[in-house]
Amino acid sequence: MESWKNHKALFAAIATAPLTWLILFFLLPLGIVWLYSFGTNQGLTQIDISGTFANYARALEPLYLGILWKSVLVAGATTIICLVVGFPVALAIVFASDKWKPWLLLGIMLPFWTNLLIRTYALMAVLRTEGYANQTIGWLHDKFGWLMTLVGLPPPGAYEPMHLLYNNFAVIFGLVYVHLPFMVLPLYAALDKLDKSLIEASLDLGAGHLRTLLMIVAPLAAPGIISGIIITFVPALGAYLTPDLLGGPDSQMIANVIERQFKRANDWPFGAALSFILMYATFIAIAFQAMKARQAEARQ
Amino acid sequence: MNGFEFPTRKGMGRRSLLQALGVAAVGISFGGLAACSKSDGGKMAATGEEASLNFYNWDTYIGETTLDDFKDASGISVNMSLFATNDELFAKLRAGNPGFDVIVPSNDFVERMIESDLIVPLDHSLIPNMKNIDPTFIDVAYDPGRKFSMPYTWLTLGIGYRKSKVKGVPDSWKYLFDSAEYTGRIALLSEAGDVIRLGAKYLGHSVNGLTPEIIKQVEAMMIRQKPNIKTFHEDNGQDLLLSGEVDVVMEYNGDIAQIMVEDDDIDFVLPKEGSQLNSDTLCIPKGAPHPKNAHSFINYLLDAEVGKKIAETILFPTPNAAAKALMPDSYKSNPVIFPPADQLAKCEYASYNEKLQPLYEEAFTRIRAA
Repeated sequence: MESWKNHKALFAAIATAPLTWLILFFLLPLGIVWLYSFGTNQGLTQIDISGTFANYARALEPLYLGILWKSVLVAGATTIICLVVGFPVALAIVFASDKWKPWLLLGIMLPFWTNLLIRTYALMAVLRTEGYANQTIGWLHDKFGWLMTLVGLPPPGAYEPMHLLYNNFAVIFGLVYVHLPFMVLPLYAALDKLDKSLIEASLDLGAGHLRTLLMIVAPLAAPGIISGIIITFVPALGAYLTPDLLGGPDSQMIANVIERQFKRANDWPFGAALSFILMYATFIAIAFQAMKARQAEARQ
Repeated sequence: MNGFEFPTRKGMGRRSLLQALGVAAVGISFGGLAACSKSDGGKMAATGEEASLNFYNWDTYIGETTLDDFKDASGISVNMSLFATNDELFAKLRAGNPGFDVIVPSNDFVERMIESDLIVPLDHSLIPNMKNIDPTFIDVAYDPGRKFSMPYTWLTLGIGYRKSKVKGVPDSWKYLFDSAEYTGRIALLSEAGDVIRLGAKYLGHSVNGLTPEIIKQVEAMMIRQKPNIKTFHEDNGQDLLLSGEVDVVMEYNGDIAQIMVEDDDIDFVLPKEGSQLNSDTLCIPKGAPHPKNAHSFINYLLDAEVGKKIAETILFPTPNAAAKALMPDSYKSNPVIFPPADQLAKCEYASYNEKLQPLYEEAFTRIRAA
C-alpha cells in the first residue's frame, strides 16, 4: 500500500481546512482564556495579564477543592451507574437479531435528537412532587394497598409523595439519563467485534454465565469499557445545566461555580483559573490511562 | 386514574424562560443580527438614517403589536433579539457593541455601564414623551436626571406564597432566611447579590450599607437556614409555587402577579423589613448604528397609549404615569403590582458595588458548598 507520505500536497490540501479551524476557533480562544487565568481585573471590562498565580492559589483553597472533589464523586457515581446499566444493554443489542439491531441502536440514539434542556425539563415533569412518578406510585398505592391485608399486614395509610427533585439523587439520576448513550455506544462497538465463539467455548468448557462475562467478555471489551468511562466521566464532571435545574441547595458542581465567575461575579481571571484546573485534572487522568495502556501492551 | 396534569402557564416571566433557554437565546441573537444587516438596506427613515433598528430586550417584555405599530408610525422596522440576564447583556457589550441600538439593562447595570463607558447620554430634546414619566422616577440615585436611561418598568422582590399552606401572612424575610416554620417548602432566588443584600436588610442594614463583616453574618445565617431550603431557583419561583413544589418563595412581584391570574390561592407580600427595588431602563449603547432611530423608538415606547398596551401584556408596574392612568383598576389598584406607598418607602435600589460583588459570589458558593 502506498503511504500518505508520498502525497504531501494532497495531504496538506485536505488537512489545511480542519487545522485552521482547530487553531483559529479552538486553540486560540483557549489560549486567550489560559492567559486570562494569569491576569487581574482592571476596572470592569479590562483584564491585565500580569502573570500572577493568585487565581490558581485561590482556586486551590479548600472551598473550591471541596467542590471539585464533590463534582468528581458525582461524575464517578454517574459513570459507575452508566457502566452497570449500559453493559447489559450493549450486550443485549449485540445478541439481538439483525432485524432488531438498527432499531435498538436508534432507540439509544433517539434522545440525542432532542435538546438537552428539553429533556431536563421533561425529567422535571416526571420527578416533581406532583409529577408523573409520584402520581403513578400514588395511584398504585391507593388501588392495590388492600393487597397488604392478604398477607396479614395492615393496609397502608395515605400516600406521602416522595421528594425526588431538588436533591443530589435527582442530579445523578439526570446525569445518568443524559450520559447513558455515551456509555452504551462504545461498549456496543467493542462487544460487536468480539469473537462469539470464545464465549461459546467458555460456556462449553464449564464456566458459568457470570464467570464468562467477567473473565472472557469484560477483558476483551476493555478498550470499549475504558473509552466509555472516559467519555462519560469527562462531560459529567463538567455538567452545568443538570445540577442547576435538578439540584437542591447543596448540589452545585464546579461548572456552576465557573459560570458564576464569568457572569455574575465578573471575575474572568478566577473563572479561567478554575476552568484550567479542571482541564489539567482531566489531562492528567487521560495521560495516566494512556500510560497504563502502554504498560499493558509492553507486557504482552 | 386521575388524569396526569402538568401545570402549564400562559405567561412566562421575562427572567425565567430565556434564562433556561440560554443556548437558544444565543441562536436568536446571532440570527437576528445576521438578518438585520441586510434588511431594508436602501430605505431611509424620517430621521435620516437607514429604516431599521436593533432592539435587545428581555423575553415577553414588549406589547404584542408594539413593534409593528412602530413600523406603521415611523417606517422603521425593528429587529428584536432577546437576552436572559443582565450578565449576558453586559458580557456581550463588554467586547464592543455588536450592532444594538436600544438595550434594556436594570438599574445597577446602568451604573455599571456608565462606569465602563458602554452607553451614551440621551438627547432629551428628542424624547418629548419623557414628560409622561412619574416624576419620582426622574431623579434616581443610579442615574440622576436620567442622563443615560429612561425607565421602562420597575419591580420589587418579595415573598410569593400559597395562602392555604401558610399560617397568616408570611410578612417577614424571617420566614425565608431565619426560621424552620416552612422547612422544605422554601425556594430562594439563585442570585448571590440579591440573597446576601436582602439577608442584610432582614438584619436591619441598608442594601447599600454592606461590609465584609455583614456579609459574613448573613452567610452564617444562610448556612444555618440551608437545611430548610428546598432549592435555589433560576427565577422560576412562580412555577415552583404554582406546581405546589414549594409554598413560600422569593420572587418578583410582576412574576407572582402573572400566576395569581391562574390560581387564586396564591398571594404576594412585601416583607415588613422592606425590600430591594429594581428598574429596567431603555438605554443606547455606545457605537449604536442608528442613534436617531433609537431616540425615536424610546420616545415612542414612552407614549401613553403605547405604554398602556405594553403594560397590558407584561403586567409589570410601569413608571409611565400617563400610561398607568389609562389602565383599568384591576391593574392600577392591584396591591401586588403597586404595593402601598408606606411599604415601598422602606425599599431601596441596590447600587452596583464592584468591590463587594465577588464577595457576594464567594459567600454564596460557601453557602451552597456547606
